[in-house]
Amino acid sequence: MQTPVPGFVSGFGREMTPQPPPGLTISEKILSAHSKGICRAGDSVVCRVDSAMATDGSAPMAIDYFRKMGGKVLREPEKVVFALDHYAPPDNPATVALQDSIRDFTKAQGNVLYEIGAGVGHQLMVEHGHVLPGGLVLGADSHAVAYGSLNAFSTGIGSSDLAAVMLTGKLWLKVPESIHIHLSGKLSVGVDAKDIALELNRRLDSDFTSYKTLEFAGDGVTSLSLEERMVLANMSTEAGAKAGVFEADEKTFAYLRQHSGFEKTDTAVVADPGAIYAATEQIDLSALSPRLALPPRNGAAAEIVEIEKSVGQPVDMVYLGTCTGGRSSDFEKALNVIRQGGAKDPRVQLIITPASDRIFSDLGTSGMLSEFIKFGALVMTPGCGACCGTCGGIPGDGKIVLSAANRNFTGRMGNAKADIYLASPEACAAAALTGVITDPRSILGKAMK
Amino acid sequence: MTEMSIQGRARLLPDDINTDYIISSRRKRVTIDPDLLKQYLLEDYQNGFADTVEEGDILVAGKNFGCGSAMEVAVTVVLASGIRCVMAKSFSRSYYRNAINNGLLPVICDTDDISDGDQLGIFNSGGTLAIHNHTRKTEITAPDLSPMVIAILQAGGLTAYLLEHGDFPKIAKP
Repeated sequence: MQTPVPGFVSGFGREMTPQPPPGLTISEKILSAHSKGICRAGDSVVCRVDSAMATDGSAPMAIDYFRKMGGKVLREPEKVVFALDHYAPPDNPATVALQDSIRDFTKAQGNVLYEIGAGVGHQLMVEHGHVLPGGLVLGADSHAVAYGSLNAFSTGIGSSDLAAVMLTGKLWLKVPESIHIHLSGKLSVGVDAKDIALELNRRLDSDFTSYKTLEFAGDGVTSLSLEERMVLANMSTEAGAKAGVFEADEKTFAYLRQHSGFEKTDTAVVADPGAIYAATEQIDLSALSPRLALPPRNGAAAEIVEIEKSVGQPVDMVYLGTCTGGRSSDFEKALNVIRQGGAKDPRVQLIITPASDRIFSDLGTSGMLSEFIKFGALVMTPGCGACCGTCGGIPGDGKIVLSAANRNFTGRMGNAKADIYLASPEACAAAALTGVITDPRSILGKAMK
Repeated sequence: MTEMSIQGRARLLPDDINTDYIISSRRKRVTIDPDLLKQYLLEDYQNGFADTVEEGDILVAGKNFGCGSAMEVAVTVVLASGIRCVMAKSFSRSYYRNAINNGLLPVICDTDDISDGDQLGIFNSGGTLAIHNHTRKTEITAPDLSPMVIAILQAGGLTAYLLEHGDFPKIAKP
């Protein structure tokens, strides 16, 4: 078919060939399907929400707002998920009381509740079928962006917005522009999805990324496992993005079949060929080297460097866990490094926190758990753990932490006098072996020779 | 809030003030009452900051204000401290939304020429903002608020909006 020329007037001068409208991004398509009619970047629309999650950090306030809004009964209780993950387990009676207020509400309303020890809410959302391709899923926690790994549009909201969803089943959203993130090639040995995420954060200016979606595409995506895609979607919020979304492929459908028994493939959404992007960023995965986020200094944001530049920096605590680095594949990658050395540096405290009870169970059945214990790791209850300084290990004054988590603000892990570095699970494991920041390739490379 | 005037003293903050700095996660695990939490306002950024805050102060920040966690206490604790307006070059979207939903006015503008302690006046007339720096005798421009944001602010926040309307409009554009 001949492509119509924009503004072309046909031979008889009577008909105007209409200019074909530009294609839609994944974000525009999902938000269009959840509102009335086609919407485009910049529009504000009221959207029907497929499911929404709150944690023990955000649910108590959401319940307060819900009541103040006149809410009596949840509109769609099966779509509202509460996860007790931030204080797992709680360390004082006041926190227990906040969690009890969530339990009481759930008992009365019949919504979904994941108890202490079930894991990080975000991991439970993807593991238990609350997130499906093409869906619109919100979470009262910034790392709700992780659900984009399963081809959903998802973003973090506050407790009042969550209460509005509980009350109406809807929320108003501004349709974001998208940035096309083109990944090519395959990661080398010792380089991880975390390194891609850190590299993206280094390159993208939060002022530009703000209110936009990162839409990941390219042959590099095909090579990444679902767990690896979750890392990229999860950390899109650290780059300032509203969402991070992937197309669905065979790996996505296999993950859904395995974890939640979801068989359909026709809900998946792809971007139109003529979709308009605000920018394109390309990363050749095969050329990427391990990255390291340095702790913020003097109020400035964390700088991200090649890990080589900090090799030799002593480390006191290593943390493997969270919705970024606490999945089975992360622990497997870490153990691959640890096995090369055999013994932990005795000066390093190693804390591991599985992201969910299923992952915890996998660690047990695969034998990884006993390997970690033999290696001297402290094993914590599945949940957010030490990541936000509320349970699961606090670093001491002046101590240096290397963490597989996503955030290293001053005070993040419960002590403003400790410095937090971020890197991949392999790099964390390498530091647990040597006691200093170490390029994991130097350990894995030796093993290959 | 068809018309709203805020007068106050500028409290200068740098780029990338995250919500953990505004209120630490370890504090909100014990209580979410902003009147109890306000004594810890910005403690991990500057120990003792809360003691220096006066009713009516205006936070004046660089870019990416409120980044990190979407926790809403980071807005309610600011309001409980007597602060009614935050000016920044840019906001994290979750902080911006939380601010609007609770009636804290977020103003996106160039904050480079504001000094700590400057007396500022912000006049909001139906979503059009006029900002005066009384100390320097300058005007600062800011984009108009969007229609949905105006509707929520005019109601007095999202709670009041939904109490009044019971639901969102069929489409967000009025």
